[in-house]
Amino acid sequence: MVFLDFETPLEKLYEQREKLQQVSEEGDIDMSAAIKELENKIKNTRKEIYSNLTGWQKVQLSRHPERPYTLYYIHQMCRKFVELHGDRYFKDDKAIVGGIGNIDGQTVVILGHQKGVNTKMRQYRNFGMANPEGYRKALRLMKMAERFNFPVVCLIDTPGAYPGIEAEERGQAEAIARNLFEMAQLKVPIVCVVIGEGASGGAIGIGLGDKVSMMENTWYSVIAPESCSSILWRSWDYKEQAAEALKLTADHMFDFGIIDEIIKEPLGGAHSAPEEMAKILKRHIKKSINELLEMTPEERIEARINKYANIGVYDVVKEEEKVEETES
Amino acid sequence: MGWFKRLKDGIQTATRNKKEAPEGLWYKCKRCKETSTVKELRENFLKCPHCNYHIRIGSHDYFDLLFDGNFEELFDDLRSKDFLEFSDLQPYHKRLDDAQKKTSLSEAISVAVGKVNRRKLIVAAMDFKFIGGSMGSVMGQRIAQAIDHALETRTPLMIISKTGGARMMESAFSLMQMAKTSAKLSELAKAKVPYFSFLTDPTTGGVTASFAMLGDINFAEPEALIGFAGPRVIKETIKRDLPEGFQTSEFLLEHGFLDFIVDRKDLKSRVGDLLALFAVKE
Ligand SMILES: [Zn+2]
Repeated sequence: MVFLDFETPLEKLYEQREKLQQVSEEGDIDMSAAIKELENKIKNTRKEIYSNLTGWQKVQLSRHPERPYTLYYIHQMCRKFVELHGDRYFKDDKAIVGGIGNIDGQTVVILGHQKGVNTKMRQYRNFGMANPEGYRKALRLMKMAERFNFPVVCLIDTPGAYPGIEAEERGQAEAIARNLFEMAQLKVPIVCVVIGEGASGGAIGIGLGDKVSMMENTWYSVIAPESCSSILWRSWDYKEQAAEALKLTADHMFDFGIIDEIIKEPLGGAHSAPEEMAKILKRHIKKSINELLEMTPEERIEARINKYANIGVYDVVKEEEKVEETES
Repeated sequence: MGWFKRLKDGIQTATRNKKEAPEGLWYKCKRCKETSTVKELRENFLKCPHCNYHIRIGSHDYFDLLFDGNFEELFDDLRSKDFLEFSDLQPYHKRLDDAQKKTSLSEAISVAVGKVNRRKLIVAAMDFKFIGGSMGSVMGQRIAQAIDHALETRTPLMIISKTGGARMMESAFSLMQMAKTSAKLSELAKAKVPYFSFLTDPTTGGVTASFAMLGDINFAEPEALIGFAGPRVIKETIKRDLPEGFQTSEFLLEHGFLDFIVDRKDLKSRVGDLLALFAVKE
């Protein structure tokens, strides 16, 4: 089990429980009462910790090494799934996966960022940082979905689009921009869920949809808190402050009207009960698709574009106020 | 406001030249370090007369360069606000106040409509001096309204980008402006109203990864820095030096992301040509 720094009280209780279990296994002393008490304590401590998470702690949770990734959810949710590879222009990106699957009788195109489950695979998946061909593969699959009238599901989990020489040569910016442009007009429903990290252009590059939701312990921001700290505070040491200032949690995003729903996670986070999390996610996706299928493609596109057109906060000044500004 | 005044405001005069040029009418080139007079600069389309370096100019300089004469500013009633109460080394609302005072501009983008070689064009142009030309809610909204205006009047749209990318102090709201502007542009494309994207030094981040790369025509000034990730970030990630000429306009043209590069002196005539070629027959 991997414990995060704010889970230290939990870690200690787990250690105590393990010791008691050892003692009771070795000797004849009955420890069951003490163990039961400890288990209650673990439950309460976990509840306490998880009901007061800071922005930075949620960032940590979203990056938990045992947290489920896109392919895990896909295989849990789809009875049949065929993974499809390649953008048909350059290569197959390993940081974005996708394919055609079946969720309780509904064929969908489902895709998302993919991180690796161990050191070797993390390298292979480029830590979930896609190159342009990843975004182009995603678009190819979405256009196919449109042709065959399959809803699209996008699972978002990236620390950002990859900042590399080849990524720039092959048009990282163009690939993301093109996806935004095309997804705005896609005739089939698009359901997006942030399942981990939602960082910057790399996230929104597959994140424009009719219904956008976030799991409880995830974040969505224009920049990762560490990078924000390094640019605005000119030091890497202010990531906690940056995480607070960016107001990047699911609760904030929901209050701002930027996302439509928060998907509850099992107590202790998605990784503490992955199968249950997959069930919750599947229910959410089914419900969302069914709602969206009630609308015509034209209605969906109009509502989608209007939704994004209305995002933004600003003041409108009157003519006389403009004059005051120039005089002051 | 014309280029002459703006240039004078932003003049960088070398200390040793102060005596000879009491009115600050000297410009020292950032690149070749040669000095020239403002008059020489003006006659050379605000480029260094010695090395052709295209100095960073503002929205209104481009309006003056492009429009036949008068132009009308649009949507200048929108103002950014510090709705997240964002504070790093200084509060966002103070950054906004300072930027407004320093630049006499209301935001990092200005929109105007006028005529270029007698054909109507809506131009949205950015000012790097205003918080690095960063994109927040107001930039997104001014672009959205410019697109609506282009749709209603069937007038071609040109966006001149000069920006470091998203405005971090508006967090996810600034990120969402990428989706907002791209979604609005998809409507413009559907209505078959031409959109020209002009990229100038620098154009990076979320702006490049949204409307700046979505022109029917994408073109740039020479030697501009254009990219998704900034060169410093890339260097830190890959831990080696970047190749010569990486992320310049010429690099993007070579890799297929620009239609052409245009010298500032030819900008107006080139845009005029595009307008004539795209014009719907009466
Ligand atoms: Zn020069």
